[in-house]
Amino acid sequence: MALKQNLHNLKEKYKGTKMAPLFNGFHTFLYAPNETTHSGGHIRGADDLKRTMNTVIMALVPCLLFGMFNAGYQHHLQTGEVSQAVGGFFSGEFWNMANFWVGFLKIIPLVIVSYVIGLGIEFIFAIKNGHEIEEGYLVTGMLVPLIVPVDIPLWMLAVAVIFGVVIGKEVFGGTGMNILNPALLIRAFLFFAYPTWMSGDKVWVTGAVERTNEIAAGSSADAISGETVLGSLAQGQEVAFSVADMFYGFIPGSVGETSTLLILAGALFLIFSKIGSWRIMLSATLGALVMGFMFNKVVDFGWITESSKFYALMDTTFWHHLLLGGFAFGAVYMATDPVTASQTTKGKWIYGFLIGFISVLIRVFNPAYPEGVMLAILLMNVFAPTIDHYVVQGNVKRRMKRLKAKTA
Amino acid sequence: MGLFKDSKLITDPLADNNPITIQVLGICSALAITAELEASIVMSIAVLFVLGVGNVVVSLMRNIIPSKIRIIVQLIVVATLVIIVDLVLKAFAYELSKTLSVFVGLIITNCIIMGRFEAFALANGPWKSFLDGIGNSLGYAVILIIVGFFRELLGSGTLLGIPVLGDPIEKTGVYAYGYENNGFMLLAPMALITVGIIIWVQRNRNTALIEDH
Repeated sequence: MALKQNLHNLKEKYKGTKMAPLFNGFHTFLYAPNETTHSGGHIRGADDLKRTMNTVIMALVPCLLFGMFNAGYQHHLQTGEVSQAVGGFFSGEFWNMANFWVGFLKIIPLVIVSYVIGLGIEFIFAIKNGHEIEEGYLVTGMLVPLIVPVDIPLWMLAVAVIFGVVIGKEVFGGTGMNILNPALLIRAFLFFAYPTWMSGDKVWVTGAVERTNEIAAGSSADAISGETVLGSLAQGQEVAFSVADMFYGFIPGSVGETSTLLILAGALFLIFSKIGSWRIMLSATLGALVMGFMFNKVVDFGWITESSKFYALMDTTFWHHLLLGGFAFGAVYMATDPVTASQTTKGKWIYGFLIGFISVLIRVFNPAYPEGVMLAILLMNVFAPTIDHYVVQGNVKRRMKRLKAKTA
Repeated sequence: MGLFKDSKLITDPLADNNPITIQVLGICSALAITAELEASIVMSIAVLFVLGVGNVVVSLMRNIIPSKIRIIVQLIVVATLVIIVDLVLKAFAYELSKTLSVFVGLIITNCIIMGRFEAFALANGPWKSFLDGIGNSLGYAVILIIVGFFRELLGSGTLLGIPVLGDPIEKTGVYAYGYENNGFMLLAPMALITVGIIIWVQRNRNTALIEDH
């Protein structure tokens, strides 16, 4: 209790000064506050904003832990230290401490950089502008390390976090005011700024880049392939992973996005705690299935030949798209962000459906970068207010008509 | 002291009445050609010439231009000057004129130029118009050069084509420590964001510039 008392004393001492938000922020972060959120874009419930944030973080922890095991597993699989996991989700080849340590040492620095830089900026802006520190970054800071390749250099992540928080959030007025999802903006920045670290066949398995450099320097070790399943498909190569592997998440990819099973569990948790919108999750899934199914039909009807560079991805069985890449993660944790998604019920269906639809569209027609979920969600973030506007206007019109019919 | 009194015509557009950051004119070219510092400088000189000379010409003709066709007359003045610039560039700096491509021709549509003709040269004498033209194109140049500086430095690691951060392929200089060029800086959105940051910083330093809503 000593720390709490000290913090409390400091809080009282600095009350009303420029440094006050700093101590208030730490106090709220470490101990339960005795007040609830009373303003901002989150007026839709009586919950404290912090509870919402904590629930999402709890839903993300399994993905983070899985990501640590998977980073090590993929690395050891390529170096031949473990064999391919057989025997279902609880396979011993996957869940062992050697795997975990490799991933842990790689991923914890990502988490630390994301939080220290991001919260640091929040602190600076809170002190400069004289408002309280907002909890918004707590979730963003957890999402960021989960959606980047495990080998991303830390300084790049730091630059991207600065960009994402300042340009994506603070210039719009902070938490609840942003147009784009800050975590995805950070990823998009990395993708456009440093494409060699965010795409291609080297970055998805830890150690692959290093090994390539060693080979270039004359080492005789075997090359490590860090290709994702989507990447292989886009280049028309054989996929080395089974559908069960894709579902369990034993495939290369961004840190937390691979395990569809755990994401599904997280989705259920979010739905039952009424934090995430099931409408958006469901409609995004539907959108992806519809688009995937249409592409399958194009192949069935023979409208596209095997020589086409789109063939392999179009031919992918339509429901496999849900298991590949970041689709599940994006649909559950990114598309449902209450600030940037549509707010109306009908709007949520449209918004989600288009995210799924466009994701698969981009996947198939952009083989250079076969992951469309990020771009699809950012695009729909921009359109979300427009969708809401038309839904509300449509509602107004219908009621006006009803009113006229009654009075006439 | 005529010159001293008129010096505001030059200094005002440099900061507090900057054509790009305050009036938000001429944004297109600021986005399109600022990926390299050299192109920014050449573009600035071209606009300096067109606006300086054009303002004087329009000002001299201001009493004989019928008001109904003044836009057409102004367009002819700009077009003539732009064609001169274009031909000079093609003759003496062919490579550069290829980099700038259509954007030299598009100086005609640069809102700053028509804006200064309409707002200033038509109502003032040639000397004042000349100063106003120089001032506004210098204000334009300042922003272009700042944006071009940061975009080329961070995007390509060079300045005026000279590598200043080391060699990215041989891994010398800062590249030896794992630094890499930021490809996003070379894309147009980053130019917009850079201009936005300049506007942000400027208005933070001088809060009188913030408009009421």
